Amino acid sequence: MEFYFALLLDTILVSNVVLAQFMGICPFLGVSRKLDSAVGMGCSVTVVLVLATAATWVINTYFLLPYGLDYLRTLIFILVIAALVQLLEITMKKYLPALHRALGIYLPLITTNCAVLGVTISAVDEGLDFLPALVFALGSGLGFLLAMLLFAGVRSKLENCDIPPAFRGMPCTLIAASLVAMAFMGFSGVADGIFSI
Amino acid sequence: MIQDYLLPVGLLSGIGLLAGVALVLAAKFMAVSTDEKFELVRALLPGANCGACGYAGCDDYAAKVAEGKAEVNLCLPGGDSAARRIALTLGRGEVKVVPKTAVVACSCGYTGENTKMRYHGRHSCVAASLFYKGNLTCDHGCLGFGDCVQACKFNAISIQNGLAVVDKKRCTGCGKCAMVCPHQVIWIRPHAAHIHVACINPESGAATRRECKYGCIGCHKCEKVCPTGAIKLQGNIAWTFPELCTKCGACVEACPVGVIRDCFRAAIEKADEPAAVTAAQ
Repeated sequence: MEFYFALLLDTILVSNVVLAQFMGICPFLGVSRKLDSAVGMGCSVTVVLVLATAATWVINTYFLLPYGLDYLRTLIFILVIAALVQLLEITMKKYLPALHRALGIYLPLITTNCAVLGVTISAVDEGLDFLPALVFALGSGLGFLLAMLLFAGVRSKLENCDIPPAFRGMPCTLIAASLVAMAFMGFSGVADGIFSI
Repeated sequence: MIQDYLLPVGLLSGIGLLAGVALVLAAKFMAVSTDEKFELVRALLPGANCGACGYAGCDDYAAKVAEGKAEVNLCLPGGDSAARRIALTLGRGEVKVVPKTAVVACSCGYTGENTKMRYHGRHSCVAASLFYKGNLTCDHGCLGFGDCVQACKFNAISIQNGLAVVDKKRCTGCGKCAMVCPHQVIWIRPHAAHIHVACINPESGAATRRECKYGCIGCHKCEKVCPTGAIKLQGNIAWTFPELCTKCGACVEACPVGVIRDCFRAAIEKADEPAAVTAAQ
């Protein structure tokens, strides 16, 4: 139990997907303008991450590793993630129309989200078992959601600031993102310290 | 040899094929039939996504109309013609659209003298309002930074001499400006209600007088002079009731501070009464 908790804490705060590993920067900067769209994107990424990790872990362990086909990993993972997201969208449209409308446009975008590919590959690389891999994916997704939420807050503050013309728009957003990322560096070693792993 | 080449190729194409078949099957068995009515109704809406109908954009409103859960006459930018065409398409009977328009309930705005501080912050009403309700002596007036101008999708509102002014010909009454105004100075009222009180300062007459030369001081003169009781004091400010108003203009002339405006007189004289329009099938 302690192991899972440490894993969650580690993936959410210490090695946050966006702010420590710098994956998924595109949606992080693109969709964090408004709080509700940031939450929508974060939730869809979390759902897709867990499902994609479940699928890719099985394929990797039972098909790729026994035959020494590790080098196909990237290719097959992209294929599986893309198919999975499409399948998820069709299913959602049928059975959960309200959720589909809420996540709507963000779902297809996730197909090309590098955070999804990155997390599925690191879950396999770290040699985690099935359940820990799922927890790892869940934690990474929640970390992404947290980063999106925090940054949406920061950006809404920026909206009402008088910014020098040269820094308006993307420059100021990137500076703010770097400051948030620096703040997250303060978490390094926290999980190790608490659980002394 | 076979292990090296055929296995990866087979595995990859196998997974690809499997995913493809799964997607095709899913698309076949879980297809959601879209309503034809939705497409027809959506094509008739203006597509401004202003939200005046009370739904989240034109798509949402069209879906609700197609399901029969919403009235056909809620689209204000589309107005009468859109409502009539939607009603024709769906085979509904008569429809009425009450045209609405934005009204600025402030007569003063930023004149350059009525300030309580020098404001050097961001050029925005919302930002200025965060600091002690803005730089004007009156906490309920139009700040004149023009958040409403940016919110308007129809270029119907502009800032003239520090006060927001609505171009009633362009205004569709969607209410975007009213939503962004931090002091709620902009009201959405029926087109027919063309006499209105351009002040919302709820303080007593003396307090209002100290803050602004053009504020409603609650003197009851309009109330006394009105023959039909269409203008009454609500607290310290006068409020008009368009259904009782005969547009005689007595209150406009009686008002000592000139906050009662007959803002549509010119428009009314030119065109006929733009009140409720009836469309038959």
